[in-house]
Amino acid sequence: VENVRLLDRLSSRRAVVGTLYLTATHVIFVENGSETRKETWVLHSQISSIEKQATTATGCPLLIRCKNFQVIHLVIPQERDCHDVYISLIRLARPVKYEELYCFSFNPKLDKEEREQGWKLVDLNEEYNRMGVPNNYWQISDVNRDYGVCDSYPTEVYVPKSATAHIIVGSSKFRSRRRFPALSYYCKGNNASICRSSQPLSGFSARCLEDEQMLQAIRKANPGSDFIYVVDTRPKLNAMANRAAGKGYENEDNYSNIKFQFIGIENIHVMRNSLQKMLEVCELKSPSMSDFLWGLENSGWLKHIKAIMDAGIFIAKAVAEEGVSVLVHCSDGWDRTAQVCSVASLLLDPYYRTMKGFMVLIEKDWVSFGHKFNHRYGNLDGDPKEISPVIDQFIECVWQLMEQFPCAFEFNERFLIHIQHHIYSCQFGNFLCNSQKERRELKIKERTYSLWAHLWKNRADYLNPLYRSDHSQTQGTLHPQIAPCNFLYKFWSGMYNRFEKGLHPRQSVTDYLMAVKEETQQLEEELEVLQERLANLEKSQSGNKVKSKQQDRSKQFGLYTSNNSLANTPQEYSSDLKSFPSRSPSQGDEDSALILTQDNLKSSDPDLSANSDQESGVEDLSCRSPSGGGCLPSEDSGKDSDEAVFLAG
Amino acid sequence: MEFAELIKTPRADNVVLHRPFHPAVEGTLCLTGHHLIFSSRRRDNAEELWLLHSNIDSIEKRFVGSLGTIVIKCKDLRIIQLDIPGMEECLNIASSIEALSTLDSVTLMYPFFYRPMFEVLEDGWSSFLLEQEFEHLSSVTNEWRLSCVNKDFSVCPSYPPVVIVPKCIDDEALRKVALFRYGGRFPVLSYYHKKNGMAMLRSSQPLTGTNGRRCKEDEKLINATLRSGRRGFVIDTRPLNVAQQARAKGGGFEQEVHYPQWRRIHKYIERFNILQESFIKLVEACNDQSHNMDRWLSKLEASNWLTHIKELLTAACLAAQCIDREGASVLVHGSEGTDSTLQVTSLAQIILDPRCRTIRGFEALVVREWLQAGHPFQQRCAQSAYSNSKQKWEAPVFLLFLECVWQIHRQFPCSFEFNEHFLILLFEHAYASQFGTFLGNNESERAKLKLPQKTMSLWSWVNRPEELSRFENPIYEANSLVIWPSVAPQSLQLWEGIFLRWNRPSRFLEEAEEERINIIKYNKELQAKVNVLRRQLAEMETDGEVQGEE
Repeated sequence: VENVRLLDRLSSRRAVVGTLYLTATHVIFVENGSETRKETWVLHSQISSIEKQATTATGCPLLIRCKNFQVIHLVIPQERDCHDVYISLIRLARPVKYEELYCFSFNPKLDKEEREQGWKLVDLNEEYNRMGVPNNYWQISDVNRDYGVCDSYPTEVYVPKSATAHIIVGSSKFRSRRRFPALSYYCKGNNASICRSSQPLSGFSARCLEDEQMLQAIRKANPGSDFIYVVDTRPKLNAMANRAAGKGYENEDNYSNIKFQFIGIENIHVMRNSLQKMLEVCELKSPSMSDFLWGLENSGWLKHIKAIMDAGIFIAKAVAEEGVSVLVHCSDGWDRTAQVCSVASLLLDPYYRTMKGFMVLIEKDWVSFGHKFNHRYGNLDGDPKEISPVIDQFIECVWQLMEQFPCAFEFNERFLIHIQHHIYSCQFGNFLCNSQKERRELKIKERTYSLWAHLWKNRADYLNPLYRSDHSQTQGTLHPQIAPCNFLYKFWSGMYNRFEKGLHPRQSVTDYLMAVKEETQQLEEELEVLQERLANLEKSQSGNKVKSKQQDRSKQFGLYTSNNSLANTPQEYSSDLKSFPSRSPSQGDEDSALILTQDNLKSSDPDLSANSDQESGVEDLSCRSPSGGGCLPSEDSGKDSDEAVFLAG
Repeated sequence: MEFAELIKTPRADNVVLHRPFHPAVEGTLCLTGHHLIFSSRRRDNAEELWLLHSNIDSIEKRFVGSLGTIVIKCKDLRIIQLDIPGMEECLNIASSIEALSTLDSVTLMYPFFYRPMFEVLEDGWSSFLLEQEFEHLSSVTNEWRLSCVNKDFSVCPSYPPVVIVPKCIDDEALRKVALFRYGGRFPVLSYYHKKNGMAMLRSSQPLTGTNGRRCKEDEKLINATLRSGRRGFVIDTRPLNVAQQARAKGGGFEQEVHYPQWRRIHKYIERFNILQESFIKLVEACNDQSHNMDRWLSKLEASNWLTHIKELLTAACLAAQCIDREGASVLVHGSEGTDSTLQVTSLAQIILDPRCRTIRGFEALVVREWLQAGHPFQQRCAQSAYSNSKQKWEAPVFLLFLECVWQIHRQFPCSFEFNEHFLILLFEHAYASQFGTFLGNNESERAKLKLPQKTMSLWSWVNRPEELSRFENPIYEANSLVIWPSVAPQSLQLWEGIFLRWNRPSRFLEEAEEERINIIKYNKELQAKVNVLRRQLAEMETDGEVQGEE
């Protein structure tokens, strides 16, 4: 479709005209501008909703909201075209078969061996060994070998040594979806562990001997402690309501030596609505400070984030400081349980705060234990009530921790944002399906590529310059402040307003420091070479001519000194100016507010966008990235598409 | 007056000091004429706390048995608690502190007694003279002149003795214009945008009154800043209805009929007590110890503080936009021209002028646009957020300005030569200081108090290399361009360095800062080493060549 206008949400004056293409996998918008021909690529799987708005004089507006929080506002001249695009997108955005997803056609030009290597990058067996199991207390169980006991669990599960197959099977029958207690994290230092399961089918009075023995076995696997915590991550009321359906929670009277604890995290429906409300706030056209803060509070989002953090902090404290093992569950044990276990692991073990460790953590607590990626993130057309930003919340928890502990993580914010992006993109096979079983049946590893290998290859882009493995913040357990520092939880505009670069700091300290560090490394190398050469020269004073290949260092290293800022133009500071008369009568009410930027600017600065680069202090865009190349690492390898639009913006 | 008369108990032992995020310390408390001094008795780690009495905003006392507790709330927003054994001692100390922290005579303030322990390399009182600024200006344009019409402060008591005005306006005309502007604050040059020759003027409101009085000289003065055929903008920091109401009291605004070349824009920047209330509410919210996430956000919202920040930044950006993008001259004023006007003109310069983003340039900006321009620091900063008194002159006007600078700094972290600590330093010294810089309400008062002769300037101290290094931004790279900040709510944050400074754990953030400094430092060291070696190598090579030729 030609002559489509792409509107900039923040300022209507920055609309661009171009051509819209629909392909089997992407929506592509190509700008008409002769030189740049900027392209915006959006994967169909990223589309969360499409809204056709009432036709106006200029055309038919189409609003595409994406799961990575991009909002694309198009105006298509012909109503008929718009309708066709709308209908096609609705179909394309909701594939019904896995085979339609992008990862089955995506080919990053790697050979078979490289692909296999990629899948081997994260190895959970290795991870459990790193934790220190199997050992005297824990062993691998093959009870779920053919997914015979629990189809949403992995085949290899660690259980206490004293838990026999009989106990495991018995316990599994007493747990929702047969998700019996299994090891999530083992603390080598003091034998305390974090185990996870689903809720018990206790109803009002039911008991299960094997389940009680199972919990006993977990306690025994930690000889240093005479009880375990059982943490139910649901609000008490929800858990009690479940009893009427024959489910529920552990009765302290029936289980010996447990301490039962509720930590109220709301369910997926509350979280879905909360995110929805927060995104509405983010989308407000020119919100006042009150609108924004009030809306943010009203969404409850940060409160939910804090609840998850608090649960993680509680468990980490129990394990690290009290040396007590913890069993965590919610209802099915695949949403809140995954969040809480992974936050606790992250706090406890510095390894998970490294890039590789973080991949392992997601693989362990989310992928292998049957977090329902397909349902939660709507990869295939399904029940909209199953969709919920569960892992988004976990990722935000990590970001909140990074803000509080700036030196503790090996990776940076961009790493988190790109992981979130790919959980929805379906470009890599990692997060397909709802369980390991389904992934094996689909032969994901043979037919798709692994995200982890892709991220690992580009790891230079994801490094936190402040991280040093020998820094004190890097060691041991992290102790975030709990109360009364609520103000520590902040709105993450880098994620939820990710595509509105205008809202973000225009210069990135992280990128700047990375560039400096890279230069430092080169200096170190040069220093070595120079010293060697000097030594040689001193040896042979005779004056052998050493060909000096002096590099033009000032040029090479001068690069980083230019600013890291993104394009920067004034916003519409006068947008609330009703009393200010418009100079061009043809413009409507809304535009009269834009007087300062509309007519005069157009006459004096015919090429605003070219000017804007100047304004930002960016002499050369290529200098922003430490690697010297494109500043934003390619997400769609080669077509770094959805961000390209902002490069020259 | 002898301070000794006010000090009923000069010293108390076994006092316990409590501070958030610090273990309690036992030690000795001493009171002197200007300081409260607490020193711990622990031999291994002797710790001393010196607190200026003038930094104390309010003091509360309570008793449990014979153990008295004094809670001291400071103007820099810190709260400390002292447990003092003995009811009488405690009462004495509390009343002494109260008396000493509320001295009513300026000449009894610490700056008049302070003897510096450092060598003065440069007298800060004469570091930033308007004459120098004018010299700088003269190198690019000759359309302006220095006027000494106010040399004895008779034309405008709140203006400095010299001001910069359009060349074609003589002193006689200035006198007439002064009569037409509130408080005699006739339009003067605030900033000249070299890039396109546009000017920013500031003044107070015109005294048009209800019958639309006009002043030909005033019109001539501001028209003199326009290019022929071009318009200018008057940015009035009051909403239209407030400006209209001002006419009833003799004030007013520039009417289109008399100023046809000027387009008026009304912004709404809050004043005095509204700002002060907002400040108090915000600090209350930050000190709130409850656990509920929702209450925090709603309190933050209810304080309206960030709304003021947003409005102020927006107005400043607008002024900058008029000048840089519209190529128009701008006149900024509100009512008196001593508060919101200065906020707007100084912030616009931060956006437009790279010089103002250097340490020295920022100091010059504070001197020129705040101190010399007659912002009544003594009135505005007499009390901070903990004061109970309902005096109407206090307002965190300067703090709001500093916070806006911080907001821009956060968005352009590489474009400022100074760091956040520098802004915090200025906030502290505006409220309580050993230096005379922020005493008095204007240059006339400062001259009467003989501050330059009798007190030390903050700039004399801060501009010494050993002090300066603490305020340098390690990742500064001069950026010669205009920087346009975002004013969207998502882009504005609470200034934790001020408001949560004393009640957040700061260790990890400080470590991060240290790490940043070290990364840059190491890089520079290597750079230097490599350069030395390169030179050596080059020398040896040429030597070698020479030898070879021989």
